Amino acid sequence: MSTTAPAKGVTGSILTSATEGSANTANAPFGHALVRAAEKNPRIVGLTADLGKYTDIHVFAEKFPTRFFQMGMAEQSLVGCACGLARTGFVPFATTYAVFATRRAYDFIAIGAALGRANVKIIAGLPGLTTGYGGTHQGIEDLALMRSVPNLTVIDPCDATEVAQATTAIAEHDGPVYMRLLRGQVPVFLDEKTHRFEIGKARLLLDGADVAIISTGLMTGRALEAAKDLAASGVRAAVLHVATIKPFDTAAVGALLARVPRVVTAENHVVTGGLGSAVADLAVAEGLPIKLRKVGIPDCFCESGSLPWLAKHYKMTAADIATSAHDVLK
Amino acid sequence: MSTLTSAPDVAAIRQRAHTMRRHVLHMAEIVGQGYVGQGLGIADLLAVMYFSELRFDPANLKWADRDRFTLSIGHYAIGLYAALAEAGIIPLGELDTYGADGSRLEMSAPETTPGVELTGGSLGHGLTQAVGMALGLRLDGKSARVFNLLSDGECQEGSTWEAAMAGAHHKLDNLFAFIDCNNQQADGAPSRVMGIEPIDKKWEAFGWHTQRVNGNDPAAILHALAAAKAAPGRPHAIVLDTLMGRGVPLFEQREKNHFIRVSPEEWTIARSQLEEAK
Repeated sequence: MSTTAPAKGVTGSILTSATEGSANTANAPFGHALVRAAEKNPRIVGLTADLGKYTDIHVFAEKFPTRFFQMGMAEQSLVGCACGLARTGFVPFATTYAVFATRRAYDFIAIGAALGRANVKIIAGLPGLTTGYGGTHQGIEDLALMRSVPNLTVIDPCDATEVAQATTAIAEHDGPVYMRLLRGQVPVFLDEKTHRFEIGKARLLLDGADVAIISTGLMTGRALEAAKDLAASGVRAAVLHVATIKPFDTAAVGALLARVPRVVTAENHVVTGGLGSAVADLAVAEGLPIKLRKVGIPDCFCESGSLPWLAKHYKMTAADIATSAHDVLK
Repeated sequence: MSTLTSAPDVAAIRQRAHTMRRHVLHMAEIVGQGYVGQGLGIADLLAVMYFSELRFDPANLKWADRDRFTLSIGHYAIGLYAALAEAGIIPLGELDTYGADGSRLEMSAPETTPGVELTGGSLGHGLTQAVGMALGLRLDGKSARVFNLLSDGECQEGSTWEAAMAGAHHKLDNLFAFIDCNNQQADGAPSRVMGIEPIDKKWEAFGWHTQRVNGNDPAAILHALAAAKAAPGRPHAIVLDTLMGRGVPLFEQREKNHFIRVSPEEWTIARSQLEEAK
């Protein structure tokens, strides 16, 4: 346990994904994007396991009450039911928290959805350290679990712009998808006019020749901050945002590793089995001589606490990314 | 297309069940072992389904208005394949490949096999998906129905009861669950492994219109189906008491008949017993 005094309002932080220092935010980007997609496609339906309000799908439920199914606190039933709806030609979006989707309903995602490529979209709230609740609610190892399931597409968007674009993309994609959700007031730092999310494509948000920061999810915002700080000390950092963890964009990542072999990965996830591991796998497979530091949650369950405190405590801040960059350059 | 236009011919259904039992013995003999007891025990239900109750088109398996028969207990595949072959959905000759390397007829039925609506086998899945199918068909305004076959042992899976709650909560009267109570699971009788009785009372308490009948009597199954269809507003549970290995006393009397290993000379006995029992 930490000896520092806990911040006030710890449990309130379960309600939002907002990270420190975000000036612009958008409200419920997933819910609103799903409504727009559902207006175009009458086959889209929604389900939740007693977490409608906390996964932003209440926006859809209010707009399309007959196309929304409350499944109660029963995640196996949630995912199984979504698979059944997909088998009758619907495009179900099923929401719960990442911990419950992946820990409680893993078999239903693997066998019900992925094995037969059912057109099911699992939308998973509270990824990584986006909640002040501890190990029970922090989805810290979901990417590792989902990345190992054949046929499954796995997405970790970085901001509200990308949450909205990814929602549109997965609604149009035929096949099972697991998407991490940023909900509530979600930071916006990508320009919706210039950014284009595409399943399976990494985006080079910033180019630089000294160090490659490869990031996913909300850590991309911190990677961009870190790059700014690094620039001030004369270090030119590239930031490659890998929103799709699976299928992994080996072409874009491999090209960057070949060009910039000093590498920092940053993910809102344990450092085992997620983005950092995918990068390391690729480097070994391609024989690329990289030097790698992984920024992420260490191999432990995390404590409860305020989000800023948790980020600092587990070395997940922009400053920690910059420190790792300096370290990898030594 | 198979549609029910007149009173079901129970004698014809019994004949189909008998032929399906022959197929089950044939498949199992090639492999030398397997879920023979289940295939023989469930033949009467499958004969009722495929030759009386289900609306389907063997020439158009993806017909959107078809009734869905979903097999949660994937290892009952041997019985389902016998029915699918009899119904003209898979070629009769293909039964020779049951359980062989590279065959579509895997020992636990995969959804890639024609006529198999979902991948069961990881027990406790089928009913959750059947609930989704029933919701979807109702949302589309279709009169098609969803039938799910699960087992007594499967009632030990928590997800079965999650689905049972959901079916009742959403008032899915287009959903039918058959619970095959053959009193055998991998480690023995459910009463010793993890007691589930009184199973019909449990389904009733979960809000399902529930009946319990002799699952080896086609007439009783037909009667229960008629009563179920006359009870709107709730999903329907039909608990089937069946006998493992039904029709072949050699297998009926085996104490451990969840997965039967059969010596070569026993197949001759089994085949003659089946014909004698007819």
